[in-house]
Amino acid sequence: MFEIFGIPSTALFGQLLIGLINGSFYALLSLGLAVIFGMLNIINFSHGAQYMMGAFAAYLILQYSGLGYWPALIIAPILVGFTGILVERFLLQWLYKLDHLYGLLLTFGLALIFEGVARNYFGSAGLPYTVPESLRGGQNLGFMFLPNYRAWVVAASLVVCFGTWFVIERTRLGAYLRAATENPTLVRAFGINVPRMITLTYGFGVALAAFAGVMAAPIYNVSPQMGAELIIVVFAVVVIGGMGSILGAIVTGFGLGVIEGLTKVFFPEASNTVIFVIMAIVLLVRPAGLFGRRA
Amino acid sequence: MERVVDPLAKKPSILRSHSEAIGFVIMVVALVVAPFVTYPLFLMQAMCFALFACAFNLLIGYVGLLSFGHALYFGWASYLSAYSAKAWGFPPELAILTGTATAAICGLVAGSLAIRRQGIYFAMITLALAQMMFFFALQAKFTGGEDGIQAVPRGHLFGIFDLKNRTIMYTVVLVIFLSGFAFIYRIIHSPFGEVLKAIRENETRAISLGYKTDRYKLVAFVLSATLAGVAGATKAIVLQLASLTDVNWPMSGEVVLMTLVGGLGTIFGPVVGAFVILVMQFKLAPIGEWVLVIQGAIFVACVLLFRRGIIGEIANKLRIRL
Repeated sequence: MFEIFGIPSTALFGQLLIGLINGSFYALLSLGLAVIFGMLNIINFSHGAQYMMGAFAAYLILQYSGLGYWPALIIAPILVGFTGILVERFLLQWLYKLDHLYGLLLTFGLALIFEGVARNYFGSAGLPYTVPESLRGGQNLGFMFLPNYRAWVVAASLVVCFGTWFVIERTRLGAYLRAATENPTLVRAFGINVPRMITLTYGFGVALAAFAGVMAAPIYNVSPQMGAELIIVVFAVVVIGGMGSILGAIVTGFGLGVIEGLTKVFFPEASNTVIFVIMAIVLLVRPAGLFGRRA
Repeated sequence: MERVVDPLAKKPSILRSHSEAIGFVIMVVALVVAPFVTYPLFLMQAMCFALFACAFNLLIGYVGLLSFGHALYFGWASYLSAYSAKAWGFPPELAILTGTATAAICGLVAGSLAIRRQGIYFAMITLALAQMMFFFALQAKFTGGEDGIQAVPRGHLFGIFDLKNRTIMYTVVLVIFLSGFAFIYRIIHSPFGEVLKAIRENETRAISLGYKTDRYKLVAFVLSATLAGVAGATKAIVLQLASLTDVNWPMSGEVVLMTLVGGLGTIFGPVVGAFVILVMQFKLAPIGEWVLVIQGAIFVACVLLFRRGIIGEIANKLRIRL
């Protein structure tokens, strides 16, 4: 153990790790928002609620079918993603011709509904969800203690984020998606079913949020309001990064998580607000966002 | 000078041409009679929220800017008004002024940041800035944290009128509300208001006509924040309480809901919306958390089926301006 700027290394790296964990969630959620915004032109305000639904789905899967973390990590995103598909088909699809503000208002209403239902059935207190057997314990790295579960969360979200980036930027399916974002009418003329692609994109974005929710369940407990405050921070992340670039969303998410973690070490009072302050500075210096293109 | 009258044009009926004046008279009469029928405290609170919603509507309805963080101005005005009345012993008129000035300054800072981005980003930025100020309120000592500032003295207005007297308090709130309402009406119908509407309809065109739209947007934003501040500051004196609820994001959502239900971009809509939502919360209080679900459902229903809101639908049916 050694000291850096008078701070014990375990404390510093511990906070850095927490920062990376938070950053994983910022990255996964802002990525989902960016993918949805690209295709639907809607800011999905219910993203935080859908993250919460992912955690609750994992909890309920454990309670009622006894299936643990690993199956839940696959099943919960599929279930929640399916509810997303229903939302898109029955509600959102009527809004594409209107101002995007209506999309924000509608999804805000949905977030209130989801959160209210969860609070009615499960109360406001958090429900525990244990770390899976295979990821208990941790490694002593000398300068810090690394819990296995936390290492897994960072690794898994990196893989999912870069997987998503790869699919969108480097595959044929991604090329269709990007083309449909630019000019849906032309892509339809080539015989590609754009409305179905939009539905599936929304379902995928929501499933990403639910996936983050399942991973968050053992760390933060499962509670109805877990998504509401997170989504506001993620909005700030999206403003900082700009939604034009997938890689930008990932880098900004992780970067801001780390900065927030470091703030907790050096200036704990500001740790809640540091991301918002950075947002204000970015708006002053680069109004279009770090990776944004001027609209 | 004689006015040229087109003989073929149908002369509009008095109801059509003076619909807003008639609406205003009905509103004033209703607010004067209402305290004899229902709880004055509830009505005073509702008038504060109605003014808050009108201030919000000035931005969304007439400039097309959705601020998702209006709780910031309402809540901080409420805190400063309550704190200056309680800790510094300010008389109510100065306390309300202090709160309002706080909201104006916050509006100037937040507004000049938020107008740097358009559309959907504007909403996210205002929400994020409001959340930042929520955390300040949570951590600052003077706000009293979770307890808020309680038992704020109402004091004597101008040293003469004892606001503990219910009739006097009601009259004061009614006067503040009606002045705020009239001021907003005046803004909307001024040449300045016409430019705002032009920005809402087509900002690029307004720029090409030589208007510095960013300045207009900023002035509108500060006006809206200031009026939201008047509402929050008055509310702190009326309810003798300023708390975290006033400054947290659900409050920002609530004012959006009130305006949406009443009718975006209608002059009376926010007032009707505020009363409808508050009555609903009051009646539904016993069912607890389901209120949240019902509010969410109203949002969804308004956006999908009922975008004009209550007053907007009426105005559209009767083909009048309200």
